[in-house]
Amino acid sequence: MRGLPAQLRSNEKSKRASAMEPLLKLVGVQLTLQGRRVLEDVDLSLDAGQIHALLGANAAGKSSLAYAVMGCEGYQPDAGQIMFDGLCIDALPVHERARLGITLAWQEPARFEGLSVRDYLRIGAHGASVEECLLKVGLEPTEYALRAVDKTLSGGERKRIELAAVLAMCPRLVILDEPTAGIDLLSLDALIDLIEALKAGGSSVLLITHQSEVAAHADQASLLSEGRIVCQGKTPDMLEIYRRRKPLRC
Amino acid sequence: MPDFQPILTLFNLAGQHPPAIPQAAHLVAYGQQLSSLRSLPGVKIEAESSEVCIAAHITIAAGVRLDQPVHLCFGMFEQHGEQDVHLTLTLEPGAQAELWSHCLFATPQAARHAMHGEFRLMEGAVLRYQEAHFHGTSGNIEVIPCAQVLLEKAARFHADFSLIRGRVGLLDMDYRVDVGEAGVAELLSRAYGFATDAIRIREQVELNGPGARGLLKTRVAVRGHAHADVCGIMEGNAAGARGHIDCMEVVRDQATASAEPQVRVCHPQAKITHEAAIGSVDSKQLETLMARGVTPDEAVDLIVRGMLA
Repeated sequence: MRGLPAQLRSNEKSKRASAMEPLLKLVGVQLTLQGRRVLEDVDLSLDAGQIHALLGANAAGKSSLAYAVMGCEGYQPDAGQIMFDGLCIDALPVHERARLGITLAWQEPARFEGLSVRDYLRIGAHGASVEECLLKVGLEPTEYALRAVDKTLSGGERKRIELAAVLAMCPRLVILDEPTAGIDLLSLDALIDLIEALKAGGSSVLLITHQSEVAAHADQASLLSEGRIVCQGKTPDMLEIYRRRKPLRC
Repeated sequence: MPDFQPILTLFNLAGQHPPAIPQAAHLVAYGQQLSSLRSLPGVKIEAESSEVCIAAHITIAAGVRLDQPVHLCFGMFEQHGEQDVHLTLTLEPGAQAELWSHCLFATPQAARHAMHGEFRLMEGAVLRYQEAHFHGTSGNIEVIPCAQVLLEKAARFHADFSLIRGRVGLLDMDYRVDVGEAGVAELLSRAYGFATDAIRIREQVELNGPGARGLLKTRVAVRGHAHADVCGIMEGNAAGARGHIDCMEVVRDQATASAEPQVRVCHPQAKITHEAAIGSVDSKQLETLMARGVTPDEAVDLIVRGMLA
């Protein structure tokens, strides 16, 4: 994954905002799904231009937090606030949050019959070339641009295309939900390059993962356990706690 | 020299780029009137019209492999009218052809277009049959395509029917395919109904020869108060017969839909599978597109158009 598309904007606005307040701020967020509390009093801050890793075991509530930030149906918090660039976005539907510059790369991306990779990457794109974005994720444009984003793609291919779509969007905030899931280990370095490149281009990244090697590249990290943020701080410290899997008290 | 301007006008009215009809083997008819037909070496096209129908016979000679499609163009300029086409099509052994049927009804306020097809594909013949309808917004067009298809040993029939431009009106489709030894039948049908459109699709594939294979694939979307009934029937009647029915219907607004896949197996070594899904658009697909900044309505349209593409 060689650098970023030239068109990736620098997000000067985000940089200006960072001096004043976090780009993303969750305050006391509580979420209940089917009668079960999955997020409890979650406070989380992500500064503009930073990579923030959200660590946690399976079922800790990481993906639920991602969907709540994106505004997905059924993931509206019962209590608390989600702020983006100083604006409360609780009442905004998914597409309006996307228009503010937030996007989400799903852990298992949806498939679309009859929609070509090229057309898919053009949706919400901000000038970045489809070919360039595909090359960045290690896919040959001549082979993939005209293929459908359907079940003929392998899980890994589909995942790479999702990352290419994120690149094409040049978002202010991208939530990457388990970006390593389904991608072979040989691609791990390339994925890390991509995350770094997103940051270099001005995007902030909320990186949801349980993989220490990937999380190590984050500026900040939070540890989520049973729906609660139990630690938040510098990544090496958080990883140490995560690796030791000690009782999660900070 | 026939005047092709009217058919080009009909293509333009339908918003379609016209194919190179004059040079190709073709048959062009407006209402019950024949306008032009052309045979080429290896492709014999005969037709006659009467007050009640157009009767056409097309034969592709043994071993002929056509580089260019044969074009059938049916349309109507009048505001009201009927068109009844009886088509007999024979592909002799080893013949390979592509046949495009363009049905252009963007202009009429009310019309009825019926097609009665009898297709015979002899041993080893291959036919790709594409029937595309282009309607206007009146909603008073009746389309009644019926075909009986016989596939002899190792013959292959690939059909693609679409009515996704303009209002459907009424679509009442009935295809029956008899597949012989090692033959292959693949039928794809696509329709998009609006307002009070009614869609009825009945397709039956009988896998009668050893090793015969079949696929029935249907993609239908309805919105407004439109209704769709899809009935796919697949019979496995011989050893090694393999078939699959794949029906997907997307329903919006007050529209309704039904799917009735019927699987019949009369031989212990035959196997038929089916899948059918009816419902609104998948929420994950919807939110994936919305996370790119697309409104819910635009996202649904993208998903449906993709499904029908």
